Amino acid sequence: MQHVIRIHDFSRDEIDRILDRAAELEPVAHTGSSDALSGRILATLFYEPSTRTRLSFDVAMKRLGGDVIDLGAVETSSAVKGENLADTISVISGYADAIVLRHPKEGAARMASEFSSVPVINAGDGAGQHPTQTLLDLYTIRKEGKLNKAKIAFVGDLKYGRTVHSLAHALSLYGADIYLVSPDQLKMSDLMKDALIESGTEIVETAEIDDVIDVVDVLYMTRIQKERFPDPNEYHSVVGSYRITKETLKDVKDNLIIMHPLPRVNEIDPEVDASRHAMYFRQSFYGVPVRMAILSMVM
Amino acid sequence: MKPKPGEPGDRELRVKRITNGTVIDHITAGQALNVLRILGITDRPEEVVSVVMNVSDRKKDIVKIEGRELKPEEVDKIALISPDATINIIRDYEVVEKHEVILPSQIEGVVRCINQNCITNTDEPVKPRFVICRGERVELHCVYCGSVIADRIADFLI
Repeated sequence: MQHVIRIHDFSRDEIDRILDRAAELEPVAHTGSSDALSGRILATLFYEPSTRTRLSFDVAMKRLGGDVIDLGAVETSSAVKGENLADTISVISGYADAIVLRHPKEGAARMASEFSSVPVINAGDGAGQHPTQTLLDLYTIRKEGKLNKAKIAFVGDLKYGRTVHSLAHALSLYGADIYLVSPDQLKMSDLMKDALIESGTEIVETAEIDDVIDVVDVLYMTRIQKERFPDPNEYHSVVGSYRITKETLKDVKDNLIIMHPLPRVNEIDPEVDASRHAMYFRQSFYGVPVRMAILSMVM
Repeated sequence: MKPKPGEPGDRELRVKRITNGTVIDHITAGQALNVLRILGITDRPEEVVSVVMNVSDRKKDIVKIEGRELKPEEVDKIALISPDATINIIRDYEVVEKHEVILPSQIEGVVRCINQNCITNTDEPVKPRFVICRGERVELHCVYCGSVIADRIADFLI
């Protein structure tokens, strides 16, 4: 049985196979339907809020002809009676053919996989891992840009953002050059940078978007959270300097793609949405074929 | 007059020699009590346990456990905090086995995770488990959340 817990558990070949399958399924993800998972049931357990991840798993399963059962709001589940996650997983794995889990505690998905008799797919565990987001990010880069030896800039919160950590690791498998653009307070940890450098990845660190925006193929924006700054004035000044507008994009490469895991707040001016560089909504859509690929491969 | 074995005042004699059991020698000075914690010998053990700290010019601690021969898999965990420790199995006053502790590749239920938000620091029925990496220093990688403990490992003993 194959669980999907962390992107680090996958080799480049395995990732490529998932992305290939996603490409095959993309037409079905748009408008079609398939009976590949007819008669199968997916359980979705979200102990934290989610829009895109939850709905795209739901859509992915239904496009493949399967059914979805949902834990619903945690407040109406047996969790409020004090049932622990291990017991919930033991019960639900008897009802479904696979489980998608989002949980506020790091390592929850790994633990769930030890109690489950069916595959567990991690849909985010606290500040830890969100492997299906990484896979859809890789799919977007491969489809809309180039994945091999890409030059990618991560912008914003590189300290706490789990999306960046997982994607940076995955891109190291593809020989990427990585540009880290963040204020001092939100720099990527040395531990993580060391791991990337050890894997042979070139890293350039700067506080200014202007230093890198004209050389990169991918601009990966992240949300900077207000609570990371003790001084609100400092927050506003930092946020302002990491905002993408039409003006910011005037000298970029023709084939630059701008990505964002969403939701965005102020990082990208809505007037950028119409530009050929804006890829974040399509990126979000690619969550469907990528999750279809994962579901079809684990069930 | 020298006290007889078992009489009050014979502690020094017990520390010096045991008839049968295990002597853990060359424990990093100051870590003897943590060694006992790792071995689970903390709460009124059945065995007679002697602890000697700061011997040989304050360079090492020694623990002697009478009447119990510890198996390597029980003892190797102490390499986490005392990598130079040696294990001596004693039978009839003689050392019949002597070996150094070897760091295991994984440990379970010995150290708690540094990450307060890790699933192992909750009421879930799961013991903290770590993969041990030994490079320039010993690192413990949490199997569940991926957090790394590299410094002050003794602070995280359960």
